Amino acid sequence: MSNHRNATSLENPYLPNPARIIRTLPQIPDHQLFQIRFEKEEIAESFRHKPGQFVMLSVVGTGEAPFSISSSPTRPGNIELCVRRIGHVTDALFKLPPNALVGIRGPYGNGFPVEKMEGNSLLLIAGGLGMAPLRSLLWYALDNRAKFKNVTLMYGAKNPDDMLFKYELLNLIDRADVKCLLTIDKKDESEIWKAHVGVVTTLFDHVEIDPNDTYAAICGPEIMFKFVLDKLLQRNFPKDRILMSLERNMQCGVGKCGHCMVGYKYTCLDGPIFTYWDAINLPEMI
Amino acid sequence: MKIVKLPKENLAKFVSSLSSFGQIHAPVKRGEKSLAFGPVSDFAQIQLNYTRTILPLKKYFFKPIDTMFNFSAEKGYELPMEEPEQRNVFFGVHPCDIHGLKILDLVFSGRYVDNYYFARRNNAAIIGLDCIPDEFCFCRSTGTDFVDSGFDLFLSDIDESYLVRVGTSLGDDMVKATESLFRDIEKQDREKYKGKSIEKRESFQIQIQLQDLPGIMDLEYDSPIWEELGQDCLSCGTCSMVCPTCYCYAVFDELDLDASSGRRMRRWDSCLFKDYALVAGGHNFRAERSSRVKNRFFHKQRGFVSQYGRPSCVGCGRCKAYCPAGIDIVEVINKLRSEIRV
Ligand SMILES: Cc1cc2nc3c(=O)[nH]c(=O)nc-3n(C[C@H](O)[C@H](O)[C@H](O)COP(=O)(O)OP(=O)(O)OC[C@H]3O[C@@H](n4cnc5c(N)ncnc54)[C@H](O)[C@@H]3O)c2cc1C
Ligand code: SF4
Ligand code: SF4
Ligand code: FES
Repeated sequence: MSNHRNATSLENPYLPNPARIIRTLPQIPDHQLFQIRFEKEEIAESFRHKPGQFVMLSVVGTGEAPFSISSSPTRPGNIELCVRRIGHVTDALFKLPPNALVGIRGPYGNGFPVEKMEGNSLLLIAGGLGMAPLRSLLWYALDNRAKFKNVTLMYGAKNPDDMLFKYELLNLIDRADVKCLLTIDKKDESEIWKAHVGVVTTLFDHVEIDPNDTYAAICGPEIMFKFVLDKLLQRNFPKDRILMSLERNMQCGVGKCGHCMVGYKYTCLDGPIFTYWDAINLPEMI
Repeated sequence: MKIVKLPKENLAKFVSSLSSFGQIHAPVKRGEKSLAFGPVSDFAQIQLNYTRTILPLKKYFFKPIDTMFNFSAEKGYELPMEEPEQRNVFFGVHPCDIHGLKILDLVFSGRYVDNYYFARRNNAAIIGLDCIPDEFCFCRSTGTDFVDSGFDLFLSDIDESYLVRVGTSLGDDMVKATESLFRDIEKQDREKYKGKSIEKRESFQIQIQLQDLPGIMDLEYDSPIWEELGQDCLSCGTCSMVCPTCYCYAVFDELDLDASSGRRMRRWDSCLFKDYALVAGGHNFRAERSSRVKNRFFHKQRGFVSQYGRPSCVGCGRCKAYCPAGIDIVEVINKLRSEIRV
């Protein structure tokens, strides 16, 4: 072969694999958890991902969009995506009949550096839809409980009706091996909410953290990032122990289309999980 | 590398013989002043002394608009029918454009291989041709005025003949097929070539220093220059379309009238377009025009270096020549370096 001719690959990385929505679980208004299984048994069985990775989901005839895998790799077989209805692909997804065929390719992205995180404590801080990728990490840690020191979750929502995975998470409050701190911004008189009230940063008053043996993972809206970062930095968290998941426009997921570029990196290949140290060094990251 | 000589009077014969290796494409006239790579049937159509075509060769391998898949409600996504394998011979490709292709090769290969690009690229023979720079060219500054790979044959004008470097075994086959047209090179040919090389070097009207530019770009990240450029730029995207190394694309699904089948398409996109970094919910990571212009320069000269180990500008001068707002990459770089000379 001559030097400027390259091998083409047998696999087309853009080809969506047929998969079926086997169950939809409504969460909160305009948010659903989709349980999806690949049509081909061998793909369903062999599919492995890391917490924090994402897939590209196609709704036939509408388009393709990136979604974090919300299920843990410790529970393989089906994958779960927690989706907010916000535009044309997600809208079409919500309108699909039961057992509909969709296309999935992936997993993509770096995911959380779970091997590096093992042996440390975990502090997961989520706001809103940020719980979707962190749920994967949470269950990964709980299913591999012996590999981690303390596991703490802080999750904030506007009100109880806006809390994703509410019952699943409420059940964790009674577990001794995880500290599950749930908070809502404001409490309504009529509500029977027994957990915390206040923005997510107020939960820091309830935890003791050793920043040098803890990894913090933050997912949520931009403004939450800023406040949470302040709190972590006040506690002298090393900048490379703060992990965050970034959202960008993605049209290929595999480092070709250019859309997800942030500073000098592709969010789809080098991310979506970046450390705060990366963030400082990459212009336009936050 | 094997090097032979082709007397100029034999060029037409040689080029015609190439049709047995595939459809010949070469720079031809498009309208009064413009040039484009296009299929040729007659040697006389070929513009040997051209400087640049409006669009670089990428249009053949990474098409302006392309079908990725056909889809239907029952079958899901399927690869479109294989294109009949057409072999193409590109004649008269300048060094900067060969470098441009080598950069696209980097982008479209790697962990995930883009077969659409490589299927066509692998069916292409490249016959390079040396050139004389005009007032827009700065490929000497980008180190892309010379190529030592990426071609099957490369022709350099040495007055009465072309010196022909044979880059691949396919190139050698092309020479062998019409061996009687070629001569061995002699001492005076070697001297001629070296003389021409000096002549080329001295004809560059633009010299800029790019080696340490990534560091300077970081320093000038907040420079008011970006704001000024943002005022001038029209967000038309021309610079991306004509650039041999711009590779961004957008993906969209196109539905047939039956509303149950259609095609997944991709088309060239530009980071200068307003909606390029827009995400659902309405947040735009580069809503300001200045941030988009800055992004283009940063990615070429800074970002690409950390992603692929070299800048992605090959100094072809196209963006400078065709920008309707007169945005001049050389001037921008000189300004960033505080080296403005009038
Ligand atoms: C790594 C990653 C993980 C994500 N995880 C989730 C998740 O778990 N749950 C969830 O609900 N959403 C998630 N998103 C956001 C989700 O991708 C968008 O909500 C989705 O693209 C909206 O598509 P739409 O067609 O419905 O919206 P529209 O507003 O109609 O279309 C948005 C347009 O922007 C493009 N686009 C590309 N990437 C994005 C993006 N990141 N955000 C928004 N638009 C984008 C789309 O292709 C489309 O052209 C994630 C995004 C990224 C990058
Ligand atoms: S060609 Fe010029 S005006 Fe058009 S987008 Fe590029 S820099 Fe802006
Ligand atoms: S940035 Fe301009 S000069 Fe550089 S390769 Fe692209 S079009 Fe040519
Ligand atoms: S999503 Fe296309 S390059 Fe990252």
